[in-house]
Amino acid sequence: MSPPLLEVEGLTKHFPVTIALFPRRQIGWVKAVDGIDFAVDPGETLGVIGESGCGKTTTSKLILLQEAPTRGAIRFDGEDIADLAGPALMRYRREVQVVFQDPYSSLSPRMRVGEIIAEPLQIHTDLSRTAQHERVAEVLELVGLRPEVAALFPHEFSGGQRQRVAIARALVTNTRLIVLDEPVSALDVSIRAQIMNQLEELQARLGVSYIFIGHDLATVAHISHRIAVMYLGQIVEMSEALELCDRPLHPYTQALFTAALPAHPDDKRERLAISGEVPSALSPPSGCRFHPRCPKAMARCAVEPPERKEVAPGHSVACHLY
Amino acid sequence: MVSLSPQTSAAAIGHRPIDWLGQFRGLPLLPLAILVPFVLVAAFADYIAPYDPTEPVAGMKIFTPPAWMQGGDIRVLLGTDFQGRDIVSRLIFGARVSLIVGVTGTVVAGGIGTLLGVLAGYLGGWVDQVVMRVTDAWLALPALVFAIFLATMLGPSMWNIVIILGAVYWTRYARVIRGEVLSLREREFVKLAEIAGASSARVIRRHIVPNVLNTAMVLASLTIGVVIIAEASLSFLGVGVPPPQPAWGSMLAEGRSTLMVGMWWLTILPGFCIMLVVLATQLLGDWLRIRLDPQLRNL
Amino acid sequence: MPPLLQVTNLETHYVSFGGARVVKAVDDVSFTVNEGETLGIVGESGCGKTTTCLSIVSLLPPASRIVGGRIEFAGKDLARLSQGEMRLIRGAQIAMILQDPMASLNPLFSIYTQVAEPAYYHQSIRGRSLRQRVRQLLDAVRIPSPAQRMREYPHQMSGGMRQRIVGAIALAGGPRLIVADEPTTNLDVTIQAQYLDLLKELQQETGVAVIFVTHNLGIVARMCDKLAVMYAGKIVEAGAVRDLFNAPQHPYTKGLLGSMPKLGSKEPLFAIPGHPPDLASLPSGCPFHPRCGEAMPRCSIEEPAEIRVAGDWRARCWRAEPQYGQSAKAIDVAAAVGS
Repeated sequence: MSPPLLEVEGLTKHFPVTIALFPRRQIGWVKAVDGIDFAVDPGETLGVIGESGCGKTTTSKLILLQEAPTRGAIRFDGEDIADLAGPALMRYRREVQVVFQDPYSSLSPRMRVGEIIAEPLQIHTDLSRTAQHERVAEVLELVGLRPEVAALFPHEFSGGQRQRVAIARALVTNTRLIVLDEPVSALDVSIRAQIMNQLEELQARLGVSYIFIGHDLATVAHISHRIAVMYLGQIVEMSEALELCDRPLHPYTQALFTAALPAHPDDKRERLAISGEVPSALSPPSGCRFHPRCPKAMARCAVEPPERKEVAPGHSVACHLY
Repeated sequence: MVSLSPQTSAAAIGHRPIDWLGQFRGLPLLPLAILVPFVLVAAFADYIAPYDPTEPVAGMKIFTPPAWMQGGDIRVLLGTDFQGRDIVSRLIFGARVSLIVGVTGTVVAGGIGTLLGVLAGYLGGWVDQVVMRVTDAWLALPALVFAIFLATMLGPSMWNIVIILGAVYWTRYARVIRGEVLSLREREFVKLAEIAGASSARVIRRHIVPNVLNTAMVLASLTIGVVIIAEASLSFLGVGVPPPQPAWGSMLAEGRSTLMVGMWWLTILPGFCIMLVVLATQLLGDWLRIRLDPQLRNL
Repeated sequence: MPPLLQVTNLETHYVSFGGARVVKAVDDVSFTVNEGETLGIVGESGCGKTTTCLSIVSLLPPASRIVGGRIEFAGKDLARLSQGEMRLIRGAQIAMILQDPMASLNPLFSIYTQVAEPAYYHQSIRGRSLRQRVRQLLDAVRIPSPAQRMREYPHQMSGGMRQRIVGAIALAGGPRLIVADEPTTNLDVTIQAQYLDLLKELQQETGVAVIFVTHNLGIVARMCDKLAVMYAGKIVEAGAVRDLFNAPQHPYTKGLLGSMPKLGSKEPLFAIPGHPPDLASLPSGCPFHPRCGEAMPRCSIEEPAEIRVAGDWRARCWRAEPQYGQSAKAIDVAAAVGS
């Protein structure tokens, strides 16, 4: 069993909320991410599902070192990334990249596509211009674009093509892990399938791992090997993708699945209706954070936060029902 | 691998033949019709000007009126000044001074202001604080008074004036560019570069600066007018370009005393030139602003 | 019973560069909506679905015009009415719900003012009856503590709640038809489900007809009785939802259905190659042919006519002609499924 590529343990990020007056007083914490654990193996895709305020964006920022964790550790290849500096830090940056949701603002408007893709090469390697050109042509072909497009500017491309460019850029330095933050949500339906297929093909060919963050269950379940379901800063259930679709255990997961849109008019699903909306992360409910909205809540749920336990091989859930 | 038929690939890449004639269609004709002649005249002043602007014209009386008035002479088309020097030649050489000072002063102001604005906006923290406080302090000083002060300290000369005007007018750049950088900094492509490990210097050089150039250019075209007027004001007050080198502002000053006795050509003509050039640069700046803003362009 | 809305051969063009460039945003579009029915209009960006909606309510942006066709609603041709006459219909008989609730709500006015406005203007209700009506509407859209919420402002509410307020405003005038343009795109999954449930209930209670414009076939599967698929400004296939899902005739419809990931299945997705066309430079013949896996030589030369598959089911595709045997299969399948 090869060790996991990325391991996250007890990761927590609390943002202080202050009143901006003299003197600066702190009135509370936004508990964006509160003690999550997961691991990503080489060549696998971990899907992260959750609705607004669940902490998935903050988690990706923590992994990309855009924010520093309040507590907990992130380990890449066994090394804690918080301690990285100098060449070790550069190596991390080279091996972990990101693709954002909006194809229209993630490419530098005044740079040619070839330069955009080559930038990580220029930062991390000292390849000659010719070698850079070759590598850029290589990754362009990998993502299904013709090498000649390197001379064009981003505004000359469609949304789907821009995402391909973003993916090419993310791969150019032999990346081992790509964080994909809603990469297809802003694309037309027919293009989504193209990009999804492309991502899967690239994974099969290059062995790169993905953390695929999304809000559309069917999309995430399709591409992921394992899925983590997040709610208000915590992982409430984690399991292998098909197993999760077959047997969602946590009431929130069940609600998500039954709320998902059908694929056919005759696809009727027993709706597990949950009421209300996601509470604010400033003052999350006591005990199990989901209990105020949970149709299966018990007395215990308001008092004691449940631990995430493995209830079946590879399937863990944080709920007092189990 | 996505296979596209040749025609879709070409369409997919978005290759359209460049519409050369179309590029010219949108040019602002009025400002260019004014500015281009002035620039050419200033550039070729030595060849165009009929007489030496610093020497009285031989055989002409002082205060000769323009050719179409009574007492005028066709050889001095727009008349002579209080020393008998040809107005046309003085206007031509004066254009040179105004335009050079206007452009280089703006470049100096723009250079300093943009640099400080970018650094303050991107680096934030104490750099931002320091730059902003300096900007505030600088802005508290009335520009022209400050310029006069510096001019008397440094002594009169055209290049000193350029430096002085640059030093006085950089603050408007710094403010505006900083604001733009603050919002640029949050854009995804900048974040992407940072995540990829780019150093601050690299991000600034490759991502921030190219994207603020538009704003800087618009600001520049609008500032040229201000700087030209400032130079004219300095010359008018006697602390600008030293005589006998002609400058429109000093021509205004020289003609002031005789305006009331009817020798209007000494003041109206240089004043008119100043007005035309400044108006043209303002119109150009306005056109540039609309042209370079993708949202406004399609209106 | 006559249909509530009948759109016939609608043509809406965008004109730019002083007439030099004409984009046929809506090209010969026809469909019908009966009382209480839900029609889904599906397509990707640039297909013309939003322009079709804006044409119906006469809210087209400048530089665009209806150049042909009829929009028959309640005995009048909406395409021929003046803005003054349209104002009496908009809000009262036809209401619109748009994608971004924050853009639809005025941040400066209270919820009460905004929900009351259509009732005030169209039904001339005043005073206490007006307050009661607003409460009723807020209840109908399941807003908790309506009396308190009435006094609040849009920025104090969450996205899901705002979209419900927009729904309340749409209902306030007592419309017979609601045109909803991607109303749930910005909402979370569970909130979207709640909202769609609500919409279905309201339809049952009030009998209002709905035109649902979306790119998401899942919404169509859930909410709609009929479906019209648009591509490059034309309707390429239209018919009952079940018929299209079970036996799609047009390759584009097939492609859209095939590219939807199905929950619990790892089957590879079918990806339609290429990308949606630029309306200013459409391919010759059938606009879809460059991306079509079933294209024949004829498709690049001749634009397909609308071929009737069965009953109200039609497809703009040469393959739908009887000689290709597909429509026969379709009718069998449809019969077997019992639609």
